Amino acid sequence: MLEDLFKTVKDRFNAENAGQEQAKTPEIPKDLLFKCPRCQSVFYMDEFEKRRKTCPTCNYHARLSWRERLEITADKDSFVQFDENMTSLNPIGFPDYEKKIKSLQEKNGINDAIVTGVCTIRGYRAVLGIMDSNFMMASMGSVVGEKIARAFEYATENKLPVILFTASGGARMQEGIISLMQMAKTSGAVKRHSDAGGLYITVLTDPTTGGVTASFASLGDIILAEPKVLVGFAGRRVIQDTIKQKLPDDFQTAEFLLESGFVDAIVDRKSMRKSLSNILRLHNYKKVDAVAWQHG
Amino acid sequence: MSNLSATQRLEIIREKNRPTVNDYIPAIFHHFTEFHGDRHYGDDAAIMAGIATLNSVPVTVIAQVKGRNLDENKKSNFSMPHPEGYRKALRLAYQAEKFHRPVICFVDTPGAFCGVEAEKRGQGEAIAKNIAEFMTLKTPVISVVLGEGGSGGALALAVCDELAMLENALYSVISPRGFASILWKDPSREKEAADLMKITAEDLQRFGVCDKIIAEPVGGAHNDPNLTADNISEYLMDAVARLSALDTDTLLEKRYQKFRKIGVFSEG
Ligand SMILES: [Zn+2]
Repeated sequence: MLEDLFKTVKDRFNAENAGQEQAKTPEIPKDLLFKCPRCQSVFYMDEFEKRRKTCPTCNYHARLSWRERLEITADKDSFVQFDENMTSLNPIGFPDYEKKIKSLQEKNGINDAIVTGVCTIRGYRAVLGIMDSNFMMASMGSVVGEKIARAFEYATENKLPVILFTASGGARMQEGIISLMQMAKTSGAVKRHSDAGGLYITVLTDPTTGGVTASFASLGDIILAEPKVLVGFAGRRVIQDTIKQKLPDDFQTAEFLLESGFVDAIVDRKSMRKSLSNILRLHNYKKVDAVAWQHG
Repeated sequence: MSNLSATQRLEIIREKNRPTVNDYIPAIFHHFTEFHGDRHYGDDAAIMAGIATLNSVPVTVIAQVKGRNLDENKKSNFSMPHPEGYRKALRLAYQAEKFHRPVICFVDTPGAFCGVEAEKRGQGEAIAKNIAEFMTLKTPVISVVLGEGGSGGALALAVCDELAMLENALYSVISPRGFASILWKDPSREKEAADLMKITAEDLQRFGVCDKIIAEPVGGAHNDPNLTADNISEYLMDAVARLSALDTDTLLEKRYQKFRKIGVFSEG
């Protein structure tokens, strides 16, 4: 019954990709087209890119790499990265784990599934974390846990707000119980930051599931979500197997969460910077000159 | 201590006569009084909670209820809590904090329930909130894993000052079956997964997750439930006395550090 607890997304997208194969127009090269996994409409990649990777038909907000996210979120050249070289070891001796990590590091130009640092957003200084689903579906192991804990501790010490763009398939199985403990470690650091009066804004992006949903992603003072993204605790397939009937299409979407009362607001990508800076301003954080301060 | 493999222990904890909280609570505590409900939505029989005395010290008891037969399991949903179960646990934890009672949690679950209603009522939020709030609860918290501790559904009752495990109990990021299913697309490789995952009490003690291993009779707790209850009771009395002697700041700092230091990485 529990298999796939943390597997949510993969299944859903595999299922959808299976449908995609048949609908594909054979004469047009695939990399020129984007097919929306939500509404199935197909359109040109350059149009999709121009719209910051959102669907013109249903407004689904597709996944971004950490670099793309950083570019549309932080003020230019304001980002100073933390713990850039932190890398995972192999706590339970999982076969070939180091090899897998190494090849993903080379492919994605990041050391693990999250990048953290400090930046300004329209002049407001904030600690920023961006999860990248290209790296093992942004599963949470030691590196993700440690970087988040350190980011919150830095923010607590420096009286800064924290903004996390979450995305994750859940706990990183390959690190066994150590990955489960990262839920406690990150939540503890969030709680301390909160108790010290710090503001924490979560932005749920596609997909946020499993152990990340059941820890820091659900602990924001303010929880925003991008339109149509998948957010949930349990896997869609495992739920479907349990109830033996088809789930509604909007199940576990940002809109479903808004309706259930677990999201403060759904915010479009094009107005995210404005929304975030506005929230920071309303919490009396002061504007700083983007280049006038130095990290450290 | 025995040298049984994770697979052998998996068989022991699945033994149909393995004692559950329904056996242990009357054997360990006096005056147990059950309290129901989360004050928001409903009452979840997968988590039993209330107050009792442990060697005449008032304590709050929060326990995941594994059934001993199909009827009991249907009632307690095979010990897979819904959000209202976790919220009941948190309500009782706050109550314990207010009245300065130590909290004793018994963990025995394959995981939190996966279903439409559970998602709608915020399973992720309920677990997250418990984890964060237990971290700063101003009273001692002791968790004991009795059989199976699976995933975030177990952790929601295991953010504590000390984690103890019965000798044959297992505690893991996901059930071995789920692990095999996800990583190898083959749930039948469950036993292989169990032995690979490093989920025995000894493994977890090495990782700094488990603080105390409570001995079971030879062959498993079902061979002598009373002796097992005595062993749990002896540990709890000792732990409550030790943790109650600490001032709150020290207690909370140690609790934070217990989890803060778990992680295996290099800084290149
Ligand atoms: Zn669409």
